[in-house]
This record gives sequence, C-alpha cells and structure tokens, in this order.
Amino acid sequence: MTPATVDLTVTIGGDAGQGIESSGTAFARALMRAGWHIFTMVDYRSRIRGGHNFYQIRVSDRPLYSHSDPVHLLLAMTEETLKIHLDNLAPGAAVIYDEGFKRVDRAEIEAAGVLAFPAPLSRLAARHGSKVMMNTAALGAAAGLLGVDLEPIASVIHDNFGRKGSRVAEANQEVLREARDWAAAELARREGGQAGGNGQDGQAPSAFRYRLGPRGPVTGRRMAIHGNHALALGAVAGGCRFAAAYPMTPGTSLFEFLTAHSHRTGVVTKHAEDEIAAMCMVVGAAHAGARALTTTSGGGFSLMVEALGMAGMVELPVVIVVAQRGGPSTGLPTRTEQGDLLFAVHASQGEFPRIVLAPGTIEDCFEAGWRAFNLAESFQCPVIILTDQYLASSLRDLPAGALDRRGVVIDRGPVLTASDLDALAEPYLRFRDTPSGVSPRAIPGHPKGVYALTTDEHDEESHITEEIGSRVQQMAKRMRKLDSAAAAMRGPRWYGPPDAEVTLICWGSLYGPCRDAVDRAAAAGRSVNMLHFSDLWPLPEDEVNMALAMVNRAVAVEQNYSGQFARLLRMVTGFEVEATLNKFDGRQFTPGEILEGLEEAVGAHA
Amino acid sequence: MPETARGGGAAGGAPGAARPGGGGANGGTARVTPKDFDSEHRPTWCPGCGDYAILTAIKKTLADLGIAPHQVMIISGIGCGSKLPDYIHANGFMTIHGRPLAVATGFRLANPEMTVLVVDGDGDAYGIGGNHFIHTCRRNINLTHIVQNNQIYALTKGQYSPTSEQGFVTTTSPDGAPERPVLPTALAFAAGATFIARAFAGRPQHMVEVMKEAVRHPGYALVDVMQPCVTFNKLNTYEWYDQRAYDAAAEPGYDPADPVQAWERVNQWGDRIPIGILYRTVRPTYEEGVRALQRHGPPARWTERDLPGEVWDAMVEAFT
Ligand SMILES: Cc1ncc(C[n+]2csc(CCOP(=O)(O)OP(=O)(O)O)c2C)c(N)n1
Ligand code: SF4
Ligand SMILES: [Mg+2]
Repeated sequence: MTPATVDLTVTIGGDAGQGIESSGTAFARALMRAGWHIFTMVDYRSRIRGGHNFYQIRVSDRPLYSHSDPVHLLLAMTEETLKIHLDNLAPGAAVIYDEGFKRVDRAEIEAAGVLAFPAPLSRLAARHGSKVMMNTAALGAAAGLLGVDLEPIASVIHDNFGRKGSRVAEANQEVLREARDWAAAELARREGGQAGGNGQDGQAPSAFRYRLGPRGPVTGRRMAIHGNHALALGAVAGGCRFAAAYPMTPGTSLFEFLTAHSHRTGVVTKHAEDEIAAMCMVVGAAHAGARALTTTSGGGFSLMVEALGMAGMVELPVVIVVAQRGGPSTGLPTRTEQGDLLFAVHASQGEFPRIVLAPGTIEDCFEAGWRAFNLAESFQCPVIILTDQYLASSLRDLPAGALDRRGVVIDRGPVLTASDLDALAEPYLRFRDTPSGVSPRAIPGHPKGVYALTTDEHDEESHITEEIGSRVQQMAKRMRKLDSAAAAMRGPRWYGPPDAEVTLICWGSLYGPCRDAVDRAAAAGRSVNMLHFSDLWPLPEDEVNMALAMVNRAVAVEQNYSGQFARLLRMVTGFEVEATLNKFDGRQFTPGEILEGLEEAVGAHA
Repeated sequence: MPETARGGGAAGGAPGAARPGGGGANGGTARVTPKDFDSEHRPTWCPGCGDYAILTAIKKTLADLGIAPHQVMIISGIGCGSKLPDYIHANGFMTIHGRPLAVATGFRLANPEMTVLVVDGDGDAYGIGGNHFIHTCRRNINLTHIVQNNQIYALTKGQYSPTSEQGFVTTTSPDGAPERPVLPTALAFAAGATFIARAFAGRPQHMVEVMKEAVRHPGYALVDVMQPCVTFNKLNTYEWYDQRAYDAAAEPGYDPADPVQAWERVNQWGDRIPIGILYRTVRPTYEEGVRALQRHGPPARWTERDLPGEVWDAMVEAFT
C-alpha cells in the first residue's frame, strides 16, 4: 500500500456535558465530506457532567483502520485538556484554546515545540447569542489552521441545527465563519512576521505545518458510521423484527437505533425491566417465529446466562450482541476490553452449541448483523456477536453504498411451511434425530405442529424424559450441530506480506490497529503480517490449522489480561503462540504501541 | 431463500389463529371439546394435588371459548404445576424458573394473534420472578396469568415460599417463616393490573368461570389459584381454604369495577378470603400502543419484502 502523504490527528477535549462528542462527530463528518478518510475514537468517563472527555479524529488521504498517536491539532475546551494532552502532541503541533483561560502557561506550551493559539472562542460565541457555541468556534478556528474549506463544515452544521429553528443554525454559521477568519488571519500574521524555529529544537515554531488544504482527494459520496450502527443496519436488512434490551453502555446505541427507526422498519423493540427479561423476551419472540436479538454488555450478559442455556436447550435461534467494556463487574463502564471471550464461549451450565462471532471492521459488523440470524436459524442455537466499546463507537468512512442490502442473503434454515405441515402423514417430531442434528422447526400456530418446548431433557416429541436412550440421543443430536456449524465458520484472514517473520494473531476490534501496525512495519522494513479471527466458536479447525502452519513466529495481541484467545487457540488446536501483547487499561492499542510491544516481545529485527 | 423458509412467518401468524377475548375464534368450524386437549402423557402429580383441577379447568375454559390446541400458547416456569404443558395437548413452553411472564411477553409481541396463558407457581410468579410480575401488571400486555399458589416450594420438596404464612415451619424455616407473606392480589393492584381474580382448586366450576373471564379480558389478567399441595403444605389444606373462601360476586353491592371496594377485597386475607373477580377495569393494552405492530403486523409474519427501499435509503442517508 502506498504510504499516506497526509496522516493527522485532531483532538477535541473538554468536560463531560460540553458536547465534545457531538462536536467531534460533526467535525469528522465534515472532514469526510471535504474528501478525507477519517477514523474517530471517543474517550469519555462514566458521568454526565464534569470530568475530562475527548474525541480524536484521525484524517488521511489513505483509508484508515485505527486511531493513532500523536496529536497534531488540539482543541482544548477546558484548561485541564491542555495539561492532559500536552505530552501527546507532535512537534510543531498546535493548540487552540480560549483566550480567557487564566492559568495557561503559554511559555510552557511553546517550550514543548507547540504553537499556542489563544482564540476568542467564547467571545465570538457570546457575541452571536450564547457561549454554548464555543465548540462551533473551535471547529471554525481548526478549519482556519488546517486550511479546510468551510462549506463541508457548514453543511454538517446545517444538518445538525437546521431543524432547531433557523436562528440557531444561522448563529452557528456566523460563529464558524468568524472563527475561521480569525484563525486564518492569525496564521498569516505569524507567518508574515518572524521566521522562528521548526519545533524540533525546542524553539517555538512560527508556522503550522500540518495543513490539510481546502479539499482532500477522496471522491464520491461517503458515509461515516460506527460498529453499533453498522450492526443495526445489518440486522434490519437481515429481517430482524424484534429486539429487547436493558440499557448498558456500550451496547445501548444499537438498541436506540433500532427503536428510533421502529415505526418505519416494523422492528418491534422493548426496553425490558432487566436483562433477564430482555433475553427471555427474545427467546419468546424467536419461538413465535420472529428474528429476534438483544444487545448488552458483560454485566447484562451475566444476567442473561440462564436464559441463554434455555435457548440452547430448546434449540431456538436467538442473537445476542455483547459490546464488551472493561470488567470485572462495573469495571470501566465507558472503556474498551476483550475480556468476555471465554465467558461467551462457556456461559451457562451444561453443554450446548452456540456460535460466537467477533467482527473486526465496520463491514464485518454489518455482515454479522444479518449473518448471525442465518447461522442461528440454520443451526437453531444462540449466536453471540462480541464487539467492544472501540468498535461499537469509532466512526470510519466508507463509500455511501458500502453497506449494501442487496448483498444480504436470508437463510431461515429448516422451517416447515403450512403446506409442509398440512402434508405431514406422521405426527410432527420437534426434535427428530437427524444426521446434521438440526430438526425442522414448526412455528407454533398450525394444527399439525402442536408441541410444548421444555428446558427439561426431552424426547423427539419434546416430552420431558430422563430415560437414558432419549437423553443420549438428544444430547448427541444437539452437540452434533456444533460440528455442522463448524463447517459454516470461516477461517482467519491474512493481511500483509505472506511468510512474514512475525505474525500478529488477533481477533475482533484489533483488526484495525494490527492492520495499521503491519503497514507501518512494512514502511520501516520490518517483516510483519496479521492473522485475524472473526469466527471464534466453533473454530473451523482444518482451516485454522492450515493458516497456523504458515506462521513463523506468532504474537497474540489482545485487549485483555490473560490472552483469552491464545488460550482458546491452544485448547482447540494445541498451537502455542510465542508471545502475547496484552492491554487491559481500557484504551485500545494504537498501531505504534503494538510495534513497540512487538520489539520488546520478539526483538527489533522482526 | 428456500421455499420452506418463506412459510416460517406464515405459519406463525396462521390466519384463523385465536384472537384473545374472541369466543368462537376457531373460525366457526369444528367445535372444540376438553378432550381435544387430552395428552397421552399422564400427570406425575401426587394423588389429590390441586393441580389436577387446574389442568381440567384450563381444558374446559379453552373448549368453552372455542380456542383449539394450536391456537393457544401455554407458557410455564419450573415447579410441580409448571409441568402442566407436558400433560395437555396444546402449544406450550416450559421455560425456566420465574421467567415465563417475560418469555410470554416476547411471544405476544411477536405474535399477538395467539391466546397466551402463563401458568406458574407462587415461587415463580412472586419470588424469583417478582420483578417480571410487577412490570407485567403495569404493562397490561394481553395474556392470562394463572398462578398455582400452594404457598410452598413443592418441586424442591417443601421450603417456604413468598406466600407462606408467617411462622410457617418448613425445612428452610425451622423457626417459622420470618417474613410477612406477599398478598399477590394487593401487589397486582398496586402495580396497576387491570384484572385481578382469585380461584380455588376445590371449586372447579367457579374456577372455570373466572378463567373464562380472564382469557376474555383485554389486557393482563391475574388468576391466583389457591392450590392445595397435599404433600408439603399441611397447613393450607382443602379444608383450610374451603372454610375461608367466599364468592365475592355473592356479596351485596358487589362491583368489581369500583376501585375502593376492590382495594378492600384484594387486601382481604384471613378468616374470610374472597374468590372470583376482585377487580376489573379496561385500559389500552400494551400491544395497542406499539406502533410498529399496528403498522406492520406481527413480527412472526415477516417476509423479505417487508422493508421498502425508501425506508432503507433514508436510514443509510443519515450517515453520509
Ligand atoms: C434458577 C433456579 N433456582 C432454583 C431452582 C430450583 N427450583 C425448582 S422449582 C422451585 C420452586 C418451585 O416452587 P413454585 O414456583 O411455588 O412451584 P411449585 O413446585 O410449588 O408448583 C425451585 C426453587 C431452579 N429450577 N432454577
Ligand atoms: S408435591 Fe404438592 S404440588 Fe407437587 S404434585 Fe405433590 S401435591 Fe402437587
Ligand atoms: Mg408453589
């Protein structure tokens, strides 16, 4: 891949309640409309007011798959933001902050090789009606420094505020323009003035060198979307018609999206009294014949576990989206982790088949949204989609038509139609012993398809039994579905040069950071590739073994303490990784951190 | 999509499926009789158990209302009485302990065209599933909830339940049950239930009449049944209940729609225990308020053609 000529990071930081995320999202969308690739990362705390939040936007002329360090332009909406982020600024970076901040030590900023732009943010905002528009002023100033056209930002502001009454929208547009003009003039003044240092030698530079220019090179209509919304779109396209959930970050935005569109899509949604109820409602809806899902995070999934086993025992197709966050217990509510993998694979008592998918990209999330239903209905078992806060909430840009519903395939598995049932000569057996283990399902409502499910062990007719023959038959029938399902699972994906000296083994949301790390390694002349796993359970053993046979030195990269996937891989295949890189601080690995970790783990020669 | 799959929804929302509250919902064809519900599987309950009468009453209720076995879904929990769906020929689902109301809620929202009965124990309904009970009452979703209230945990062989009398000695309460019992009828009233009734397994004909009204009721209907457990509850016996039960409808001035009267009756538990309909009012059902259901029909009847292109395009457009 040709190296990027532009690769900048803009961060906007401030207090919770200051609208940092919505301003960041707006700016990211504007930069996309201006012709740039973007990737965003949300970093916030579990509180509604107070406490530092920030939103990071990476911008490039090449497609992006992760966030990155360091930051080239910082929009500091509080003084604290300056203190927290000063260490993480690139040489020659700029900070925009309000001229009214009293405790800012401009000399300290400049000593770090950073350009300080105390700007009339609140003054401009107040002049047009309200200090609330300070964020808009900051975006305008940022546009001025970056040299970005105003029109794409103005169009996003129009989309966001247009409906709130034209006065608000107009005022924001004014603030935006004046702030941009101020920044452009300030930049010109400084450049025209003294010729200073370049930032490398500790001297304050005079010119801001991280410019984007009026328009980027990316053409065509684009969309900016995060994993939760892509998954929701996939589910809707796949015929999801029922969703029940109890709010829990970071799963909530998926459920909110389904609910917001419910009137038009016909997806019936229920905010349940708790996660136990949510999961049970999904089981009930699935029994009625609807494609049904629930969304949650680890804590809610813990409550769902008994009902997960119920779905396994009565062989109902249900989909559970678990957006992981830092655990254990309440843990790091707004942060990311991959700590629930082995829990998802083993949750609930006894043995029963379940499928675990861990999409790695936005496109994967969309596909998982509909494919999960096909798998659930084909094998009549629960499907768990494991995402995490990073994937669920990071925006990436795609062509506007990339999530194409025409590519969606619907496979409802073996279901008997009314005419199939009409034609039945024998009594219907819900749990008929079959070679694949999957028994054709009669949706309740037909006179010839009358049966009662039971979570007790049962016979082919679905009557309760403890008789040895039926127990052994039904247990084997259910478990056989796992072998059938394994054949539908996909092997891991390679990225990077074949036969590299070191292979990064990763799963789920680490696709992006590892992929970008592979590209950086290549640029630095290091021989590194990636083997990424999305279909985690059951692992398609043959394909996995074939891939692993091509690995020279394996380093597992995981967003958890104990290397859960490396353990799972060893359990299933006997394969041992040489080293593991683990991060469990609730913040996603950057590509740079992965490369540094790699150096420590296997040495610089890789 | 294979042709077999397309019928998935069609079978789920089979035309002619019972509409709750609609007597004679069987499309006006063959008469339904209690025998239609007979199963070759014999109950494993103790001789004399109150659950037999409940089973018989449910069959008679459904037959009298013209609801055939394929038009009803009987959802239970875990306990002695919750085995009932195994002993009746009808659609059923024996779920997990305490959760049948939640499962039934999901089922109703996906297929509101089928009559749904929830049958569970006092442990299910008022103990482990107490949260679902409260929220189902106020939700007013259209289903009939028949609780086999034997004031004991029977299947686990005799521990005190949320409705056991205070002081009741069991294996987990050797010094007597320490807490005040839950009075389900009062709790249902406080939680906003629109139909609250009590029946007694020892008065089967009366129980059938109450159940029929409950199934006809548009919305959530509670029938708390005093169900003697002859094996583990030696206090609340047939005689104990029989001495106390009186028919509320026979009282002078009886008006189940009057909330003041009702509050008194739902709270009455002692020397006299009212049976019959204690409270009845009409509020919109939950289903009526779900716009997606009203506009698009039952999720169970989904087909691939359901999502118009312009709806999809508008959803995606918002991300550009
Ligand atoms: C989660 C869970 N906890 C405990 C049990 C064990 N258990 C089975 S039935 C039951 C109580 C049954 O009492 P009740 O609901 O009143 O029904 P009854 O047997 O009296 O009809 C218990 C505690 C269980 N099955 N599941
Ligand atoms: S133990 Fe009690 S409730 Fe259970 S079957 Fe026997 S009598 Fe009925
Ligand atoms: Mg009981």
